[in-house]
Amino acid sequence: MSKLTKKDCLHVAKLSNLNLSDKEIAKFLPQLSKVVEYIGILNEVDTRDVEPTSQTTGLKNVLREDEIKSENLLTQDQALSGTSNVHNGYFKVPVVLSERSI
Amino acid sequence: MKNIPLTIKETQEGLRQKKFSAVELTEFYLNQIKKYNKEFNIFLTITEEKAYAKAKELDKYGKFDEPLSGVAVSFKDIFLTKGVRTTAGSKILENYVPAYSATSVKRVEDAGAIPLGKLNCDAFAHGASGENSDFGPTLNPWNKEYVPGGSSSGSAASVSSNMSLVSLGSDTGGSTRQPANFCNLVGLKPTYGAIPRYGVISMSSSLDTVGTLAHTVDDIEIMFDVLRGEDKLDGTVKDFDKPKIKSKFRLGIAKEYFINGLDKEVEKMIEEVKKTYQSVGIDVIELSLPHTKYMVPVYYIIQPAEVSSNLGRFDGIRYGNNRNSFGSEAKRRIMLGSYVLSAGYYDAYYDKAMRVRSKIIQDFDKAFELVDAIISPVSPTPPFKLGANTSDPLKMYLEDVFTTTSNLVGIPGLALPSTFSKTCLPIGFQLLGPRFSEHQLFELGKIYHKAIDYKPKVAI
Repeated sequence: MSKLTKKDCLHVAKLSNLNLSDKEIAKFLPQLSKVVEYIGILNEVDTRDVEPTSQTTGLKNVLREDEIKSENLLTQDQALSGTSNVHNGYFKVPVVLSERSI
Repeated sequence: MKNIPLTIKETQEGLRQKKFSAVELTEFYLNQIKKYNKEFNIFLTITEEKAYAKAKELDKYGKFDEPLSGVAVSFKDIFLTKGVRTTAGSKILENYVPAYSATSVKRVEDAGAIPLGKLNCDAFAHGASGENSDFGPTLNPWNKEYVPGGSSSGSAASVSSNMSLVSLGSDTGGSTRQPANFCNLVGLKPTYGAIPRYGVISMSSSLDTVGTLAHTVDDIEIMFDVLRGEDKLDGTVKDFDKPKIKSKFRLGIAKEYFINGLDKEVEKMIEEVKKTYQSVGIDVIELSLPHTKYMVPVYYIIQPAEVSSNLGRFDGIRYGNNRNSFGSEAKRRIMLGSYVLSAGYYDAYYDKAMRVRSKIIQDFDKAFELVDAIISPVSPTPPFKLGANTSDPLKMYLEDVFTTTSNLVGIPGLALPSTFSKTCLPIGFQLLGPRFSEHQLFELGKIYHKAIDYKPKVAI
């Protein structure tokens, strides 16, 4: 299995929505590279005869009644209580779209 | 107060016989916290008012007839507590106050427990030493130079320092059992699907479980029976009846457990445990779990993959600070997870790990055809010193070699204190059983503790 490169590291940071400093990249690259190399050991296991396991309960399609329970509801104030970035009862978010000239 | 109770039974007998009141008991624990918390960094938030209000209510009612009446409990700071700050040990949530409580918190409080506060932990439960907390490491009450284990570092330290009678932790890859072990406590990682996780900050959704820590197996059993069962808010949970306990048991030890890197004292302790069980007429056989050496690699693919997804929700918009506030370990795991899930690597790592997970499960299915439970080390070493593994994350990950098993397979693991190392630090082992065999593990734990005449002890 290939070693992790600086390019991989920057790509993965972008996918992860993390802004890393040069110092952090310099620290994480060898650490992650070592881990990636280590987990590559799984290559030696023959897994052609098994299906992947994503959970261990054996449960499927667990549904509940579609009913409104007051104890499980948040008021608008409660829902907004985690941030001071609110406006007229809404969350304020950073600009996603920017104007551009055609 | 003299003769501080170290079990639920002693606590409730003392309360009923009016040897002490719930308020006096609460005062004792809060004083203990005030006296030692600065030194050991165990509690992040103390809920003194809530604790006294509950204690007064209990004293007024006077019957102490609920399963946890008068039991001082504290919560790892990963459990949401309505109106009480919940940080997950991370600066990203340093000012977060939840609008609702976790099901497990509600169940424990409804059963009469006195909530003392919120406990330090590795940030987002990432770690095996407590040193990844953004609020500084917790120290081991048995010796301050050593780690208390992690990630439920404060949970273990609070009980072993008599700041709390019992505590809740979480266990995704050993985070309840390993600190229990490092602090001379009993710790349970339940079957995946036994206890609802609603309101517990998610780390790795196919592995996360709610753990419990206490001085005795009896107390763990009481807590387990309070906590288990469906809440309709976690779709992975299944109700089940307490099974009939067998009278004749057979145990196994995997030959693959005796690896390079297993500390000699731990190895000797496992040998002693085997002899103890044999001395009370329980067969212990050797068996094979051929995929043991792949546990950690599988775990360090599946777990970061799920971490990268779960920590995606922290965007600093609805609550918390922005993503720059993540600590180094969270960033490492998010990146590792994004890498193994990314285009071109998904099949080689994530899909492969899920398939090897199936092979590991097959190993255990076969083993449980032969035995009722497996005796296993918890940590490959006795407690280590602060700073010993911090510069090399891979070395810290290898701490999880014996604990990740039960999370990957979805089975319960009961960590039991056994003895003390040459350096006077606790060591112990764990019993792994089939899914929903907790009560059987409790029975086996009690048999062991009776045989070695185990008595609960606190460090300070």
